[in-house]
Amino acid sequence: MTEKLILAALVKNTSGTLQRVAGLFSRRGYNIDSLTVCETEDPRFSRMTIVCTTQPEYVRQICQQLLKLEIVEKVVVLNDENAVGSELLLVKVKAQGIDAKNAVLALNQKYGARVKDVTLKSMTLELTGTADVLEEFIDKVEQYGIIELARTGATALERGEHSIIDDVI
Amino acid sequence: MELNGSQIVLETLKEQGVDTIFGYPGGTILNIFDELYKYGDTFKHILTSHEQGASHAADGYSRATGKVGVCFATSGPGSTNLVTGIATAYMDSIPMVAITCNVGTSLIGRDSFQEIDITGITMPITKHNFMVKSVEELAPTIRKAFKIAISGRKGPVLVDIPKDITAAKCEYTPEPAQVPDESKKAKKHCFEAAVELLSNAKKPLIYVGGGAISSNVGEDLITFAEKIDAPVVSSLMGLGAFPNNHELHVGLIGMHGRYEANRAAAQCDVLVVCGARFSDRVAGNRGKFAPKAEILHIDIDAAEMDKNLVSNYHLRGDLAEAIPALTKAVEQQSHSEWKEEINSWKRPFVQNQIGDYVNPQLVIEAADKYTDDDAIIVTDVGQHQLWAAQFYKYKKPRTLLTSGGLGTMGYSMGAAMGAAVGCPNQKVVMFVGDGGFHMNLSELATMASYQIPVVMVVMNNTVLGMVRQWQKIFYGNRFADTDPHRATDFVKVAEAFGVKGMRISSNDEIDSVMKAAIEMNEPVLIDCVISPDSNVLPMIPPGGAHTDIIEKM
Repeated sequence: MTEKLILAALVKNTSGTLQRVAGLFSRRGYNIDSLTVCETEDPRFSRMTIVCTTQPEYVRQICQQLLKLEIVEKVVVLNDENAVGSELLLVKVKAQGIDAKNAVLALNQKYGARVKDVTLKSMTLELTGTADVLEEFIDKVEQYGIIELARTGATALERGEHSIIDDVI
Repeated sequence: MELNGSQIVLETLKEQGVDTIFGYPGGTILNIFDELYKYGDTFKHILTSHEQGASHAADGYSRATGKVGVCFATSGPGSTNLVTGIATAYMDSIPMVAITCNVGTSLIGRDSFQEIDITGITMPITKHNFMVKSVEELAPTIRKAFKIAISGRKGPVLVDIPKDITAAKCEYTPEPAQVPDESKKAKKHCFEAAVELLSNAKKPLIYVGGGAISSNVGEDLITFAEKIDAPVVSSLMGLGAFPNNHELHVGLIGMHGRYEANRAAAQCDVLVVCGARFSDRVAGNRGKFAPKAEILHIDIDAAEMDKNLVSNYHLRGDLAEAIPALTKAVEQQSHSEWKEEINSWKRPFVQNQIGDYVNPQLVIEAADKYTDDDAIIVTDVGQHQLWAAQFYKYKKPRTLLTSGGLGTMGYSMGAAMGAAVGCPNQKVVMFVGDGGFHMNLSELATMASYQIPVVMVVMNNTVLGMVRQWQKIFYGNRFADTDPHRATDFVKVAEAFGVKGMRISSNDEIDSVMKAAIEMNEPVLIDCVISPDSNVLPMIPPGGAHTDIIEKM
């Protein structure tokens, strides 16, 4: 039995940080589904959102192993109750002619996607949302023909008024 | 005062109390060696034959003294040659600081001569590593490296310094030596639960590992065992933490451990784990290890809890604090029936005599007989390592130095040098197989140059004994590349390097040769002619439980 695990890790904003975290996951045999990194409101720290698939009994072990890294300050396990998460999708679909373009636009409207680029034969769409919504959208646009797509992987914040950095500084 | 980077390196090392460095010079580390030359007697620098020897020496120095071992290497191959030594130290949680130099900052990333990304390479085998990007960062980085090496679960740290930074200047202000970060305290309810558990145990057993040595818990461990009246088993890494001659000592557990130690683990109702990790060489079959026991796991590293074996009780913290606290909190217990039960299972280790060959058991027992309790035994990896674990009676911590985690053949020469340099008043006896000795015998040159007084005992069976033993059991006697029968004359090799060489060709020579070698205060090699067919027994096959034990072959 495996489940999806979303971790927010507050890490020192230094070079090699991504390599240290990614290396830990690969050498311990944990599967990373996606990983996003960004600088936080405090430039000394970066935030990583790590999505992985694992057995529930390994969750504590993964967190403890992360905390052993010198660069990791804090790890929070996120879920739907305690966090909000989102992912960005860019997808380029075939859309030649007015009818095809209109069909894509109608779908866009339903999902709240935006058109970022249009050519004679294609449209590039942008959508943010949870992984489930993005997957549903991808299924729907597949009928028009997907030329290429890119996804960022999830990023997430804890609900409420505090920051992950609050009790670290 | 304004100093250059090389002076800052040496000054910060001095701050930390470092007086001994093992290393090898080269192009990018020249500035540091130039300063080392000018510093004269402040540091004792041991030039090894190979950087691997330097890294094992720093490790051996650290294991024997409890201090941080330090090694130096140049960029490129100099740094990569340290890798096996760093990995060995990492797997056994040995505090060590490796200082490497890299090409100048303007040459980095251009595949310059002798450039290597050593921080990238050593990321998985260090607690942390640094590349110093400016001379201002240099002193704080080296201090931080020491702090990390000695805090919490100890381990190696590498600092890589580009050559231009070793010449650049900046202000330097001395600081006191680093002290370890305070370790996390166990939670009160966890502690109380542990006390309750120990108070109600009927068949308690203590399992000690390397953490019992690196924590310096010392004699408090004995007081604790006596208070809860629990017999003590030990992993290979834990040998010496609990004295072999104590009434509660049961001994080595695991793949080549004592029958009664493994059976005790299978029968105990409470297992107190002190700084050990249920490695696959101890708990071959995790599902069948200590099946009847409530497990209390005491470890400084929270990530060890439930990593290999799920335990019911956790006490995170320094054994040197947790053990005395538990001793104080628990009432005196008595478990004579349980102790008698374990005693009744006792099956002493015996090495069968094979033909006229020298019996390794007798060699190790002779070493035990002619050394005192402070002597340091260093082993390589293989059959002789387990014989040294089985037949030598360790009575004090830091008296057995062995590569337990990584199992590094070639470890012993460097480690023995480091131990002997670090502990000049203690006798150092090293056991090595002919296979492992061939790997790093070039360090004989170092032994000779510095007249490092190590007794090097080569258990020479002309085969790769341990692997060959596995081929006997699991591969139908197909001795693929384990029967090299090399013609090397180790006595002549020793003499060629300027080291005294001796030989033991039969059992009746053991006593006189061993005694003479131990009494000498110089490096000496003893070639022991043992049988290619000796085995290490008993043996629990990998993945097996104590009931699968092989006692005869």
